[in-house]
Amino acid sequence: MATIAQALRMALHKGEAELGVTDIFGEDVGPPLGGVFTCTQGLKNTWNTPLDERGIIGTAMGLALAGQRVVAEIQFVDYIYNTIDLLKLAGNSCWSSMGQFPLPMVVMSPVGSGIHGSLYHSHSFDALATHLPGWKVVLPSTPSDVYGLMISAIKDPNPVLFLYPKALIRAPSKERLPGEPEDPKVLSKLIDAPLGEARKGWEPSWPAIEPFEIPIGVAKVLKPGQQLTVATYGRMAPICQAAAERLEGEGISAEVIDLRSLYPYDEAALIQSVKKTRRFIVVNEDTEVTNFGEHLLRKITEACFYDLEAPPRLLAGLNSPGIGLAWPLEEAQVPQERHVEAELRALAALSA
Amino acid sequence: MDSLRGLPPGHAGQPALDPVLLYRLMAKSRALEERLVKMTKSADGYFWIGGPGEEAFNVPLGLLIKKGRGPAFDFLHLHYRSSAILTAMGMPMIDAIRQMASRATDPFSGGRNFVGHFAVRDWNVVPVTSPIETQYAIAPGTALAQLRHGGDAITIVNGGDAGTAEGDFATCLNWVSRPGRELPCLVIVTNNHWGISTAFDEVHGDRLIARRAGGFGIRWDTVDGNDAFAASAKLAEVFDYVRRTRKPFCLEAYVSRLHGHSSSSGGARVEEPDCLALLEARLIRDGRLTAALATEIREAYAAEALAALEKVRGEPIPDPRTIHDHVYAG
Ligand SMILES: Cc1ncc(C[n+]2csc(CCOP(=O)(O)OP(=O)(O)O)c2C)c(N)n1
Ligand SMILES: [Mg+2]
Repeated sequence: MATIAQALRMALHKGEAELGVTDIFGEDVGPPLGGVFTCTQGLKNTWNTPLDERGIIGTAMGLALAGQRVVAEIQFVDYIYNTIDLLKLAGNSCWSSMGQFPLPMVVMSPVGSGIHGSLYHSHSFDALATHLPGWKVVLPSTPSDVYGLMISAIKDPNPVLFLYPKALIRAPSKERLPGEPEDPKVLSKLIDAPLGEARKGWEPSWPAIEPFEIPIGVAKVLKPGQQLTVATYGRMAPICQAAAERLEGEGISAEVIDLRSLYPYDEAALIQSVKKTRRFIVVNEDTEVTNFGEHLLRKITEACFYDLEAPPRLLAGLNSPGIGLAWPLEEAQVPQERHVEAELRALAALSA
Repeated sequence: MDSLRGLPPGHAGQPALDPVLLYRLMAKSRALEERLVKMTKSADGYFWIGGPGEEAFNVPLGLLIKKGRGPAFDFLHLHYRSSAILTAMGMPMIDAIRQMASRATDPFSGGRNFVGHFAVRDWNVVPVTSPIETQYAIAPGTALAQLRHGGDAITIVNGGDAGTAEGDFATCLNWVSRPGRELPCLVIVTNNHWGISTAFDEVHGDRLIARRAGGFGIRWDTVDGNDAFAASAKLAEVFDYVRRTRKPFCLEAYVSRLHGHSSSSGGARVEEPDCLALLEARLIRDGRLTAALATEIREAYAAEALAALEKVRGEPIPDPRTIHDHVYAG
C-alpha cells in the first residue's frame, strides 16, 4: 500500500534510527522540501547541498572514508553524468588500495521515462552503471523491494548505486510492508508532510516496520510461466507483468523475472528459468546499443545455447539521443505494454 | 579579497624546526626520487612521476601532520608529487621503490598503481589517484567528519596549478566555506607554472590562484616553496590557524619541477631553483652544516635507496590469480 516514496522514507528512517546513517543529502533533499519527489521528508539527518553533483559524490566519498554512513542523492540520474570519474574512483578505492579503503556509501537516484520528462528527466543509466566495477547496482520496482534493498544497501560495505523508477514513485501498490498500517490514509497521515503552514514544526510518526530486507543480487519471479522467460526490471517490470498476464488468456505462458539487482545479478535464476522455458527476452527502457540486456543475452546464449528454441531477444529503447516530449515520440521511443505484448507473442511463435 | 590575505594575529605556530633535520629529510626524499627516476632507465620500473623540487615545502608539511587513523587525526588527499610528505611522516624508502617496481610487496597498491600513488590506512592517506583535481571534491567529506568528531584534526588537500582549472577546485572552495558550516580544510596548490608542457600564463587569466579563495571568504596566502625556512614558518602558522579556528585556508606555494613532468618527458634534470641546494648553501654559510657532512648525508641516502632497490628486485611480482581480490569488501 505504501508508495515507493513512502517506502524509501521508511527505509531511510530505519537507516538513521538504527543502522547508523549519518547523512542523507543532495539538492533539495533536506527541509523544507524533503526531495523533489518527497522521498526524504521528515528525516533527521537530511541536508541541502550546493547544486553541484561532483561535490555531492565527492563529499559522500570523503564522509565514507572518514567512517560516516551516507546516502547521497543525485536529483535525477540525468545529472549524474558529470560525476562519472568520481564514481569510477569510488569503485576502485578498495581494489587500488588492496582493501585498505573500502567505500561504504549509497547513492540514490530516480531513473527512466514515463513522466513526460523529455530529454533530461527520462534517462536510463543501466548500461553505464553496470560498467562501474566495484559498485553494486540495484533497481527495484516495488515499494517493498525498495524498502528491503535500501536496508541492504545501507548495510553493505561497498558503494551501492540505488536506482529507482521515477514513473512508479507514487504508483499505487498492492504490497504491504510488514507492520505497515492497513489503511493507506493512516500511513499518509503518519508520514506525509502536510502542505503549507502546517508543515512548520510537523514531525512524522514512523510506523514500526518489522525487520525486513532483500539481499542484493536476488531476482524475483513476478509471474511464473512455461514457454518463455522475460527478464526485466524497473519501470518495465509491471508493464511486462501486465502483458504476460494478458497473454496467459491466449494460451501463452510467459515467466516474468524482475532482476531487482543489476550487479551482481541473479544469473542462476535466469539460467534456471531459461532451461525450463527455452525462450528468452530482456525488456528494459535504456537505449538499445551497448545495452545491459545485451550482456544478459550473451550470458544466456553461452549458458543455454543448446536449450534455446528461438533466438534470444532484446526489447529496449530506440537508439536516439533523447526522449521526445510530445507523447507520440516518447511512446514510440520507449517500450509500451502493447510492444511488449507483441514481442512476447512473436517470441512464443518462433521455434528453432 | 585581498583583505583576506595572510593570517589574523596570534597564529605563530610551532617552534622552529631543527634545520639539519629538515635538510636530512629533504635529502632523503630527493635521493629516493632520484633513484625512482633512474629505475625507469634501468628497466626496474615503467613510469615515473614524483616531487623532486617540492621537498622544502612538503617535508615541513609532513612534519606537521597529526598522524593516525580515523577522524581524530589529519586526513591527506594528495596528488602524485607528495613523496616528501610521506618521507617526513616516516615512510620507509623501500615502500616507494616497491610501488615503482610493481611488486606484490608494495604496501599502497600491491603492484597495481603508479609510483607516488600512496594509500595508507593507518595514516589517513587516502588513495592518491591519477585523475587531476578529484581529490579536491572529496576532501570536504573528511573535513566534515572531523568537524563533527571534535578535536583539532584537519584535512589537507594538495595539487598542481594547472589542475585548478578543473571545477573540482571551485567545488572544494565552495563546500568548505558554506556560511556557518566552514570546514577545517587546508587547501594547497603547489604552483610549478606548468601543466605538462603548457605554461600557466598561456591558459589562465588570473595570476594568483590562492586569491580565488578570497571570493569565498576564505583566508589565503602564497609562499616561496623553494625557501625551506619561509615554507616551514608559513605552514606552521596556517596549520595552527586551521586546527584552532576549524576554518579553511588556501595556500599557494611556488615550487620547482626538477625532473620535468614525468618519465614521459624523459625525467632529465632541468634548470630551475633547487630547494635542497639552496638550503644546503645557507646552512653551510650559517655554520650549521659542513660541506663534508652534507655530502655524507646525501651519499648515505643514495646508498640506502640503491640497497633498497637491490632488495626489491628479489621480491615477488603480483600473481594474476589475485586480480579479483579486493574488488569488493566484505
Ligand atoms: C582529469 C585529468 N586530465 C588530464 C590528465 C593528464 N595529466 C596528468 S598531469 C597533468 C598536468 C597537471 O598539471 P598541474 O595540475 O599543474 O600539476 P603538476 O603536474 O604540474 O604538479 C595532466 C594534464 C589527468 N591525469 N587527469
Ligand atoms: Mg603544475
